[in-house]
Formats: sequence, C-alpha cells, structure tokens
Amino acid sequence: MKILVAFKRVIDPDARIKLTADKTAVDTESVEYKANPFCENALEEALRLKEEHDGEVVLVSLGGEDITQTIRAGLAMGADRAVRVEIEDKALDSDLAARIFAAVYKEEEDVDLFIFGKQAVDGDNNQVGQLTAQYLGLPQACFASEVEVDEDAGEATVTREVDGGLETLAVKLPAVITADLRLNTPRYAKLPDIMKARKKEIEELDLDDLEIEDTALKIEVVSLEEPPKRKGGEIVGSVDALVEKLKNEARAL
Amino acid sequence: MSSREAMLQKDFVVREGGSFLFDRAGEHRIFTPEDLTDEQRHIRNAARQFADRSVLPRIDAIEGKEPGLMRALLEEAGELGLLMLDIPEKYGGLEQDKTTTMLVTETLTRCASFAVSLGAHVGIGSLPLVYFGTVAQKERYLPRLATGEWIAAYALTEPGSGSDALAAKTRAELADDGTHYVLNGSKQWITNAGFADLFVVFAQVAGEHFTAFLVERDTPGFEVGPEEHKHGIKGSSTCPLVLTDVAVPAANVLGEVGKGHRIAFNILNVGRARLGTGSIGAAKYALRLAAGYAAERAQFGRTLDQFGLIRAKLGDMAVRIFAGDALGYRTAGLIDKKYAALEALSPGPDDDDFQNAVEEFTIEASILKVYGSEALDTASDEALQIHGGYGYMAEYAIERVCRDARINRIFEGTNEINRLLLAGTLLKRGMKQRVPLMKAMQAVGKALAGGAAPALDPAGDRLVPEQEQVHRMKCAALYATQQAVSRWMLQIEDQQEVLGALADVLIDVYGADSALARTLQLPADGPAAAFAADATTLFIEGARDRVFTRVKQVLCAALSGDKRDRAFAELALLDHWRPIDVFAVRERVAAAVVAAGGWPL
Ligand SMILES: Cc1cc2nc3c(=O)[nH]c(=O)nc-3n(C[C@H](O)[C@H](O)[C@H](O)COP(=O)(O)OP(=O)(O)OC[C@H]3O[C@@H](n4cnc5c(N)ncnc54)[C@H](O)[C@@H]3O)c2cc1C
Repeated sequence: MKILVAFKRVIDPDARIKLTADKTAVDTESVEYKANPFCENALEEALRLKEEHDGEVVLVSLGGEDITQTIRAGLAMGADRAVRVEIEDKALDSDLAARIFAAVYKEEEDVDLFIFGKQAVDGDNNQVGQLTAQYLGLPQACFASEVEVDEDAGEATVTREVDGGLETLAVKLPAVITADLRLNTPRYAKLPDIMKARKKEIEELDLDDLEIEDTALKIEVVSLEEPPKRKGGEIVGSVDALVEKLKNEARAL
Repeated sequence: MSSREAMLQKDFVVREGGSFLFDRAGEHRIFTPEDLTDEQRHIRNAARQFADRSVLPRIDAIEGKEPGLMRALLEEAGELGLLMLDIPEKYGGLEQDKTTTMLVTETLTRCASFAVSLGAHVGIGSLPLVYFGTVAQKERYLPRLATGEWIAAYALTEPGSGSDALAAKTRAELADDGTHYVLNGSKQWITNAGFADLFVVFAQVAGEHFTAFLVERDTPGFEVGPEEHKHGIKGSSTCPLVLTDVAVPAANVLGEVGKGHRIAFNILNVGRARLGTGSIGAAKYALRLAAGYAAERAQFGRTLDQFGLIRAKLGDMAVRIFAGDALGYRTAGLIDKKYAALEALSPGPDDDDFQNAVEEFTIEASILKVYGSEALDTASDEALQIHGGYGYMAEYAIERVCRDARINRIFEGTNEINRLLLAGTLLKRGMKQRVPLMKAMQAVGKALAGGAAPALDPAGDRLVPEQEQVHRMKCAALYATQQAVSRWMLQIEDQQEVLGALADVLIDVYGADSALARTLQLPADGPAAAFAADATTLFIEGARDRVFTRVKQVLCAALSGDKRDRAFAELALLDHWRPIDVFAVRERVAAAVVAAGGWPL
C-alpha cells in the first residue's frame, strides 16, 4: 500500500501566544512548534496500516525550510520519506492547500490512501481533506475513529463518530480519510529512529514544479481577537466554602 | 549532522579546565543552550513527552513505590531509547555526546524519583563499564543495559564510609586457584538496589587495593536489604547490601586491581555534571509551578503574580536558572569538545581519552554540582513560599519537588566535599603550572600595588560595564588566592573555611562569566537578547556582592595590621559598586516569566 499523510506544523497548542500588532496573525517570535495532533493520528494510522499490509508512508507538508524539524519528527515516528512544498504560511488558505495536496497526489502515482487530520488545531478549518477529495474526485470518509483496509477488495471500512452513535462507511480505494483523536494513540518517536530520520529523504517541490498557477487566496483573515482575560482563580478551603461561592458569587446554583 | 560533528564544526575552542578564571569573558566561544542541534531538541522533546505522558501522571504510584512500577517505567524508557545514549553503537547504544545526555536529564528531573533511578542506571551504574570494561564485559552486559532488560547500580558507600569512600571496609580475597574473588562486607544506600541486576561493587583486595567488581544480583551470598524510608525521592529504591562469601569471577574485575579510585572519581565527575544540569531542569519546573500558581491564586483582589515581592522571587529564580543553564551547557560542551579533540588525535577505542576529558574539567563539574543543587534548593523553597500554606500540602506538586530537591546537596559528593575539591584542584594545578595561576596572581598583585586595577580590553561594545565587573571579580579572586597562598603555603589544605570561601568565589565567577559569554553570543536583536542581558546584569551584580564579601573575609583571615589595611586599600581599586535599579531590571525579568507562565526561553 502506498499512503500519503498530510502533516502540518502548528504552534504548540499548550503555549501562551500573543497576536501581532495588526491583529491578523499570531506573533511567531520565540513560539514553540509541534506537529498538529490530528496529523499525528493520521500518521499513526498510516503506520499501523503499513505494518499490516506493507508498503510506503509518505508525509506531505506545506511550508518553508523551517518546518523541516516537524517533518523530521514525523519521519522519526516511522514515515519512510517526505515531500515538502515550498510556500509561505501567509500565502495559503484551505483551498490552495487542497489544490497543492491534490497536485502532489498526482505526482506520486499509485497512492491507495491519503490520510489527513480532521482539522489543524491552529485554524480549525476542517476542510482541507474534504476539498482535496473533491479536487481529486475521490471518495472521502471524515472523522474516522476506526479504519480497516481490505486490499483484495480494494476497499476501506471506516467507522465515524456521528451525533448519537457510530456510522460505518465502505469506501473504494484510493480514498481520502480524515482522522479523529479517538482513532488511535500516536506512538512516541524512539531515539534510534530520531537518529535514522536524519538520513531519510525530504523531497522539495515548489508551485512551479506542481504547475499551480492560480495562487489567489479565497479567504482573508481580517482580524483576530484574544479571548477575554481570565480573572484570577481562587482555591477554596472546603466544600462548604465552594458551595457558598457557587451560590453567591458565581450564581451557578 | 550529528551533534558531535556539529560540535567539531563550530569554532568552540578546546580550553583547559579552570581557564575561565584566566580568559577574558567572551574571548572564546562557549557552548550554550542556543547551540543545541535540531536533533538534540528533538531528543529533548521525546524525553519531555515521555516525562509528561508516562511518568508524571503516575507520580503518586511511583512515590508510593508501587511494586514493579519503577522497573516497568525504566523498561519503557529503554524501549524509547532513553537508556542507550551513552553506550557505544557497537554494543547497541546511540553513542551520543554528554550534552545530549544532560539535556535528557534536565527534562526528566521534574519527576525526581524517576530521574534519579534512570540516572543511577545510565550514569554511575553503566558508565564504569562503558569506560573501563573489557570487550568481553561490555559484550556481556552493555546490550542488556542499553535496552533496560537489565538495570545497573553502583555500590560505593558503606555504613562507616561516605565522603571518605576510599576507606571502604568491604574486602575481596583472591581464591587460591585464582579464578575468582571472595567478597565480604556491606554497602548502604544503594540506588536501584531493590531491583537492579548488575552492581558495580567497590572492595579492598587483600584489605588495601581498592578495586571495582561487576557483581550479578543472583550470585550466592549477595543479599539486598529492605528499602529505606527517605525524606524525598521516595519513589526511588535505596537499600543496603550484605555480601557474605560472594564469589565473583576474576574476569569481573572492572579496570585494574588497586585502581578502583580512578573509576570512582571519574564516574563521579560525570555524575556531578549531570546532577547539576538536572537540578537546573527541576528548578525550571519549580518556576513553572510557582508562576502557574501565582497566576491563579488571588488575595486582596489581585492575583499573586501582581505583587512586587512575588514577582521579585520569580525574577530571582529566573536569574539563577539563566546562569545555571549557561554554566551547565558550557561545561557539557567543554567535556564533549575535549573528548572529540582527543578522539581526533588518537582515533579508536582509547579509554583514556574519556577519562582525560572528564578529569580536565573536575573544577567545572564540581561547580556545576554545587551551583545546580543550591540553585534548585533556593528556587524550590521560594516556589513553595509562593504557594503559601497550600505549598505545604502534599496535594501540591511543589511540596514533593521541595523534598526531592534536598538530596542533590548530599549525594555524588556532598557540596562541602565538592567545594574543597574544586578550590583544592585549582591550587594544585596552579602549583604544577597546569594553569597559569601564579602568573595571573602576580600580574594582579603588581597592578594593584601600582595603584590601578588591571585594564580590560572589552570583547565588543555590548554589556561593557558587566564585562568590567566580571573582570574585576576575577582579579579579586586571584588577589584573595594569592594572599591565602602566601599566608598558608601548602598548609592551606587545612584551612577549610578559606578553601570554602575561595570555592564560593570560583562558583560565582564561573556563573557570571558563563552568563555573560552566553549573552554576548546571542544575536543582539534576537528575541532572547533583552531578557538575557537583564538576567546577566542581575546575576553579575549579585555575584559581585558575594564575591567581594568572601574575598574580604579571606583577607581578614590571612592578614592583620598594616598588611591587612594595605590589602583592603588595594582591593578597593577593584571593588566597584554600580548604581543600578535592581528592582526595575528584575521586574522586566519577572514580567517575562509571568507572560510565559514559567521559564521563558
Ligand atoms: C538517597 C541516597 C542515595 C544514594 N545512592 C548511592 C548509591 O547509589 N551508591 C553509593 O555508593 N552511595 C549512594 N549514596 C551515598 C552518598 O553518596 C553519601 O551519602 C555521601 O557520599 C555522603 O556520605 P555520608 O552520608 O556518609 O556523609 P558523611 O561523609 O558522614 O558526611 C557528613 C557531613 O560531614 C561533611 N564532611 C565529611 N567529610 C568532610 C571533610 N573532609 N571536610 C568537611 N566536611 C566533611 C559532609 O559534607 C556532610 O555534611 C546515597 C545516599 C542517599 C542519601
């Protein structure tokens, strides 16, 4: 099986962030980055499928040279190689990202599955997987909580969590799947694999290589607002004090 | 590029141990946390993830010594590769440099019981084999130690011999047929003893030749006693050993008969450096707990982090951590660079290279041990104070962190022993002309007698007043040393308080010099530059006060009457108090800590 995994770098969701002065982006001076947690689920699933069915797992990432460290983190988890498409974060929206992913898919040939995280925890857009499937004319199964592949039948069975229950879909391969958190627990990168990751190939492409000419964005970020400052919390000494405060101060009871 | 290759490529000059006292700050490039490679950062993240996801959530069970848990966690760490960093590739390891090891240690110390267990295994437990083992010994044991299949321990201390380790009474007699030794005696407070499989045991062959042996747990006559009840690091295993006619094959002598002290001391040196950086890691954790709590807790209608006295504490902690990181990674870099250089000179498995590299930096390793453990004690104590009464309650992590911190001043050589060692080593090397101590002392003495402080040619135009202060601190250190040496000559060894004062001075000088050098190496317009400059200014001002107080004490002990008065007049040429608004500078440092919710770099 050949599996592509979209692998995005995001600002560490646990870190405190500041906005830039013009309030259209997050100030990236001295922030820590991580792989998008949903992308880690996607990669973990790809690695498990590879362990079961053999084949190759290829990461696809969009960004500048500086995302290499995140790509190496994915290679250390076990991906075989990676493709990085050179583009600035600011020059991307979901639609362009999807068209780039679709172009990489076509370059790669013989892909069986393209797995995405259901969304990235920075923009929370939740649409790149779907758009890519649309551009490629592939079946899609989003928010997967369980994936099984029957290679002979050329089919994947995907369980999705929907309101009030589970839905099971069968999709013909090749297909696009997006991963939910409950799909699996991503493995730790082992130290020897971190060393090996250094030697794995990261192919670099740009939009010309992929023959993408239309780079106009369809979405513009007008402004970001910080959430209202939290007032200082308080540690109460006893259950009675808590009840008292819930009643009289928070008026929750 | 591997971190070792990177280390060789960058222009870190190989310096001798103790040279920080004689070099101008900023003269030679030092290794700093900013020089870590992507791969090292990646390894750190893996270790951090392991600590946060696998270790910390089980902290209560660990501290309650849940049977089998520590061993299982070590095995889990082994699967991840965390136990194989120091082991050669040939024997199933990753053969990484000391910087990487220290980085991992720094990350794990937020759970001290686990970090101590892991450290005893990979450090004092496994390193004697790595550096002193025969090929057969390495082949037999290292691959298992690398994965955590086997756990190692190090047994030096006895009921009657702690600091005075060479006075150990455990005996080893060679059997008549020469095939094995018979060991008898007892050991005490052996970390990991509860579950370790392999013990490095020190004993006196024929009652006088101090020697290390590799002893397997299931050897008949080898008994592990009950767990101690400890003040802190309660989750770690600490037990006595009783050896009754334990037959150890002659092939399990580690190193040479009668040369056990080389193993004991060199391994301790590495352990000290590791303990020092580990302590700084724990101090960062304490700072995070304190900043987090101060942001949540409100009194008098404001969160604690808005009170000046609380912010001052956060600022002070950050200053200590900044200098600790600077001197810690500098020391790791010095050892690695020296080792790489020695290896390049004589490639191949030459065990002496490592010992020489480590021995070279005895002074720095001891400084790092003392500085780190004391910085952690202050930081964790102040972090608890910020928690008020809640910090005294076992529910809050800081209560454990405080208890766990305490051991670091005791083991791997008490801080008193390390102080004596580091000051004594400098003096010995000076007398043997291994470092240019005599020349430097004379130069300072001559300049001051001539009525002027020795001039400094600053390294660039940044932080020039700070450069000047560090220069003057070094001159004062040399001046005090000179007075002490002339007064007591070789008998200075008996003047423990003088040596202790000189040690304090050297610790502050190394800290100030390292903080300054680190800051001068940072890009002037980078995100960390302003914070680093403030932290450096504050550290240097504090260190300056301490250094001059200690120097004056030494002068008063060494001299009296006119001689003393003249010495004080000469010292006044160096003693330059700068009017700095320390509160305002510290407030900026504190603001960075509050904004980041902990250590900001
Ligand atoms: C939790 C724990 C784990 C340990 N793990 C290990 C282990 O795995 N393996 C192992 O071999 N050992 C281990 N030790 C032992 C440890 O290394 C010793 O406790 C340490 O070396 C100090 O020895 P001591 O406790 O006998 O103190 P002592 O040597 O009796 O010292 C008592 C006090 O006197 C001071 N002192 C001693 N000599 C001098 C001197 N010449 N001048 C001035 N002051 C002096 C000391 O600084 C100290 O303050 C462990 C100890 C503890 C508590």
